[in-house]
Amino acid sequence: MHELAICQSLLDQARQIADHHHASGIERIIVQIGPLSGVEEPLLAQAFLIARSASGFPDAELEIETSPIRVHCHQCRTTSEARTNALLCGTCQSWQVDLISGDEMILKSMVLSEQPAQLIEAG
Amino acid sequence: MCETCGCTITPGNAHLVTDEGHLSQTKDGTKSVEVLSSLLHENNHMAVHNREHFNRHNVLALNLMSSPGSGKTALLESTIKALKSRYRIGVIEGDLETENDAMRIRAHGVPAVQITTGQACHLDAHMVHDALHELDLDTLDIVFIENVGNLVCPASFDLGHHANITLLSVTEGDDKPAKYPVMFRGSDLVLLTKSDLLEYLDDFDPQKAEAHVRNLANPAPVLTLSARREDTLMPWFNWLDQMIEARRDHQDLTPTIQPDGIALHQAS
Repeated sequence: MHELAICQSLLDQARQIADHHHASGIERIIVQIGPLSGVEEPLLAQAFLIARSASGFPDAELEIETSPIRVHCHQCRTTSEARTNALLCGTCQSWQVDLISGDEMILKSMVLSEQPAQLIEAG
Repeated sequence: MCETCGCTITPGNAHLVTDEGHLSQTKDGTKSVEVLSSLLHENNHMAVHNREHFNRHNVLALNLMSSPGSGKTALLESTIKALKSRYRIGVIEGDLETENDAMRIRAHGVPAVQITTGQACHLDAHMVHDALHELDLDTLDIVFIENVGNLVCPASFDLGHHANITLLSVTEGDDKPAKYPVMFRGSDLVLLTKSDLLEYLDDFDPQKAEAHVRNLANPAPVLTLSARREDTLMPWFNWLDQMIEARRDHQDLTPTIQPDGIALHQAS
């Protein structure tokens, strides 16, 4: 249910970035979502369609990249893939691990429509 | 990070997105820009502001989360009764509707602000910020933020608090941490509540619940207690004492797991 709130926040941020770059529109928004982010990919895609219609960017497309869950083990110092509810080292089964990917909820990049013959200012 | 729009275009990478950089213009009149910021950039920005506000007033802020009916308000009532003389406590209550919980808290003589979220399934940093205007932080040591009863959505929103506390009542399943890994992975303390009912329930094993928390690579303490039995509450009170000290010693105290924190750290 919170995916709609997240999409509204995403589009607000996208608008600011588009304005900052003097873009005439937003073609595509690329986000990266991990399984441990608390965001469901299909729900995010659906919510985006709703949020988009009220955003002033009705043609913006959402591209969702997913990232695998990977953990680094404190015990045996190896890196392995893990499951959502079993964040254990794939080599020695220890739970004393650091998550190194899988909880991302990131606005990665955007493709903006250009106004003709403009200069882009550095941010 | 750029202060205007929150993007991560810096003097070091601006050449990629400006002029002839490879992330710059394309032949079809579009331009690709790299951003690398949280989807909840606005919320997180407000959360940082809230946390600075708590720190400036030497207030410890704790986010209580659980499914509905696991005993968050009952725990707060028992805690206020026992600790009212030691700590000055304030409460922010989050519910979809009604002032009921705030009224229960106020009956114990401490200030409580009710946030009614309507249909929203979680509190966010802006709602908490608004509620803070109604609390005099100079007169408080601890603010408990009782989140909307929900084991899913509240996990994604930083409120500006210092630690996450997740309650799991023994009338629920001991496998809840495996079913709701995002919430329980981010918990700095897990409380197994309503332990006075354990003798009637042969299908809840506190050790199994703790094992499920460990499977999420979470070393957080797991305490078993009942709000109705004050003698079971001592470890919880000791944890609160430690947190009060930790916040005093570390002005940068935050919940251990910050949503997408690691990824953004690697990106920056």
